[in-house]
Amino acid sequence: MEEPFALIDRLRRATALVEQVPMGDAIGERGGLPRLTRAQLHEIHAPAPEAAASGAGFAIGCALTAEARPILWLRTEAAERQGGRLHGPGLIAMGLDPQDLVVVVVADDSALLRAAADGARCPGLGTVIAEGWGAMRALDLTASRRLMLAAEASGVLMILLRIGGQTVPSAAATRWAVAPAPSRALAAEAPGAPAFDLELLRRRGGPAGARWRVEWNRDTQSFDPAPLSGARLPLVADRAVAGAPPAPVRGAG
Amino acid sequence: MPIERLRARRPHLFVARDEAPIAFAESVAGAIRLAALNGEAAAAGLSVGLTLADARVRVPEVEIFPHDPAADADWLERLAEGARRYSPAVALDPPQGLILDSAGVDHLFGGERGLAEDIETRMARRGITVRLAYGDTPEAARALARHAGAPAPDEMGAIRRLPIAALELDEDAGAALIAAGLKSVGDVLARPMATIAARFGREAATALRRLTGEEDSPLTPRAVAAPIGVERRFAEPVAKTEHMLGVLEDLAGEAARALEARHEGGRRWGARLFRSDGEVQALRVETGQPTRDPAVLMRLFRERIEALADPLDPGFGYDLIRLDVGLAEKLDAVQLRLEGGEGRAQQGAEAVAALIDRLGTRLGRERVRRIHPRDSHMPEQAELLLPATDPAPKAEWTRPEPGEPPLRPIHLFDPPQPIESLAAETPDGPPARFRWRRKMHDVARAEGPERIAGEWWRRADMAPPTRDYYRVEDVRGRRFWIFRHGLYSETERPRWYVHGLFA
Repeated sequence: MEEPFALIDRLRRATALVEQVPMGDAIGERGGLPRLTRAQLHEIHAPAPEAAASGAGFAIGCALTAEARPILWLRTEAAERQGGRLHGPGLIAMGLDPQDLVVVVVADDSALLRAAADGARCPGLGTVIAEGWGAMRALDLTASRRLMLAAEASGVLMILLRIGGQTVPSAAATRWAVAPAPSRALAAEAPGAPAFDLELLRRRGGPAGARWRVEWNRDTQSFDPAPLSGARLPLVADRAVAGAPPAPVRGAG
Repeated sequence: MPIERLRARRPHLFVARDEAPIAFAESVAGAIRLAALNGEAAAAGLSVGLTLADARVRVPEVEIFPHDPAADADWLERLAEGARRYSPAVALDPPQGLILDSAGVDHLFGGERGLAEDIETRMARRGITVRLAYGDTPEAARALARHAGAPAPDEMGAIRRLPIAALELDEDAGAALIAAGLKSVGDVLARPMATIAARFGREAATALRRLTGEEDSPLTPRAVAAPIGVERRFAEPVAKTEHMLGVLEDLAGEAARALEARHEGGRRWGARLFRSDGEVQALRVETGQPTRDPAVLMRLFRERIEALADPLDPGFGYDLIRLDVGLAEKLDAVQLRLEGGEGRAQQGAEAVAALIDRLGTRLGRERVRRIHPRDSHMPEQAELLLPATDPAPKAEWTRPEPGEPPLRPIHLFDPPQPIESLAAETPDGPPARFRWRRKMHDVARAEGPERIAGEWWRRADMAPPTRDYYRVEDVRGRRFWIFRHGLYSETERPRWYVHGLFA
C-alpha cells in the first residue's frame, strides 16, 4: 500500500481541481466528494448486474445533492425485467419523492438514447437518468457527445447509468464506478444506511482514480463519508468515526 | 359484398376474370354450403344455402372462396369510416348496410340527389355496388334499399308497395302473414294495428310502426360527434404528406381560435385523412395539459406519423382532412408573467409537460409513467403506475422517520424471484446464507421479520400465506429484501423469495 501521506497529497491534488462539496465542515477543506455538476453528462457504472440497485441509489443521491429535480428516468424493458421496477416506497426511503419523478420504459437502447437526448434538451428538467443494461451497442462517442451538448445548453444534469457492460469512449465529464459497500450496522446487527464504494474512473481535464466510501444520508440529502473496514482511504476514516452521529436504535422485528 | 372486398383487397385474383361466377362457402352444421354469390353465379342458377358439392355439379366453373364474416365486418367498418365524410352520424347495419343520418348535411352536396350521386360515384370507384334509399326512419330507408318494390310517387307509397319480407320478421310470422293473404306492407297497414299485434305478434306491429315513422328508433352512430371539428375539402387531392401537414396546421389554427373563444384547450386531438379512394387514416394525439398551440400539436402529429408502424400512404391523395377536438378543458388566456421567479418555474413545468406529451406520443402513453401511492399492505400493490398525463389520485406516501434506514427496496421484483437454496441457523430466523441467481450470498446483517399477512379480505376462498420479510446484507454489502412465503405452522416447507434490492 502507498505511504499514507503521499496518498493524501495525491488525493488532495486530485480533488482540489473539481468543485467540492463540504462533507462535514472540516472534511470539505481536506477534499471531499466531487459533486456531479449540472449541465454536463456523467457516467455511472455498476459493473456487476447485482450492483444495479447501488448504481440507481447513487444516481438518485447525485440528483438530490445537485438539487436537480424533477427527474426523468429512462429505462429499457430489459432493465425492468432483470432489475425489477423502481419501487415508490423505496424511492421515498432514499429521500426522492416519486412526485418528482417520471419513469419512461422504452423498447431498446437506441430508443433510450433518443429519449435521453430529448430529455437533456428540456430546460424544465433537473436530471435525466438513462439506465442502460449490458453492452449498449447504440452508445458511441457521437451519442454521448450529443447528450453532453444538449445538457450544456439546457442545464440538465445528464446521468448515463450503465449496468454491466464495458466502458466505451465517451464525452462524459466524469465516469464513476459504484459498488455496494457494507453498511454501518444498527442495533442488533440490522443493515444501516445505504453505503457505496465509489471510484472516479475518469474525469475530463483532471486526474482520476480517487476512491471513496460514502454513506447516503437521507435526512441531510448528502453523502457522508463512511468508515472503512479495510482503511483504504485513511483520509476520511478518522473524521467519519468522530463525526458520525450515534447509530439510531432500532429493535428487530 | 364479400366479393367486392376480395376484389379490392386482392385484385390479382380477378385479372381477366370479370365475368366468372364466384361464390363463398362456409361450413354450416357439418356441410359446406354457399354463403354469398355474385350476380353471375346467381344467374347460373346457384343460390345461397346450396351445398358446395351441388354447386360444383351445377356450375363446374364456379370459383369458391372461404366465407370470412370477420373480414367482411372489418371491411364494412372501413367503409363506415369513409362515410363519415358525409355525416358525423354513421351507423353500421351489419352485415352489409350503412345508415347515414343526412339531416342537415345534404345541402353541402347539392341536396339529396347530389349526395346520392356522390356516394354512388365514389363507391363505384372502389368497385362497390350500392343500393341507396332515403327514408324518414332508418328502418324505412333500410327496407327500401333492400327490397326494391314497384315505383311509387312518394315515400309512404313506396313503403306500402314493399313485400312482406321487408318487415324482416322471423320466418313463422312472415309465413303467417303471407298465409293470411297479405302480400305487401300496404296490405298489412290496411288492417287495424291491434288485430295485427294480436294475430301476428307484437314484433310485427312494432316493425310496422318503425317503418312508417310512428315509432322512433334510435340510430346508434359509430362515434359521437366531437365538440369541435374543423375540416377542409379539396377539389384536387393533396398527395404530399408535407402539404397535408401544412393543411393540418391551418386547421389546428382554426380549431385554436374556436377553442380560444370558448376559453378552452384541447387534450385529445384526432386528425382524419380521407383519401380520394375512400380509405381513411386516423391520427390521434393526446396532451397532458389542455393546449391550443398549433406548433405543439404539429410536433405531436409529426411524432405520431414517425411512430406509425406502416408509414402514411397518401395514395392518390387526400380530398378531405378533418381535425376533431375530442376532449376540451378549461384553459384561460395565458397571462404574461415577469421574467424569473414564478414565470420561470411555470415555463419549466410547461417544457416538461410538452416533453411528456412528445414521449407519450412516440412511445405510447402507458410507457411514460408516474408512481403514485396506493393503500395496500402487499408491497407489490402499494404503488400505482399511471400514465404521466393522468391526474394524480388523492393519496399520501408514508414518509420515513428521520434516521431510519430504508425499509423498502428501490428495485422491486414482480413477481418475486425464488431463492434457489438457503441455510438458516434457526427455522424461524433469517437465513445465514442463500443462493440466488446462481450466486451464494453470506448474510452478515439482517433485520426482521416484518410480518405481512395476506389480504385475506380480498379473497374469501383462501387466504394467501403470511410473508415474513427480512432485510439482509451480505458480506460484500449487497442488500436484499427477502421473505419466507408462509409460516412453518402454515406450510411444510415454506419457499423463500427475493422481492427487492436496496441501494
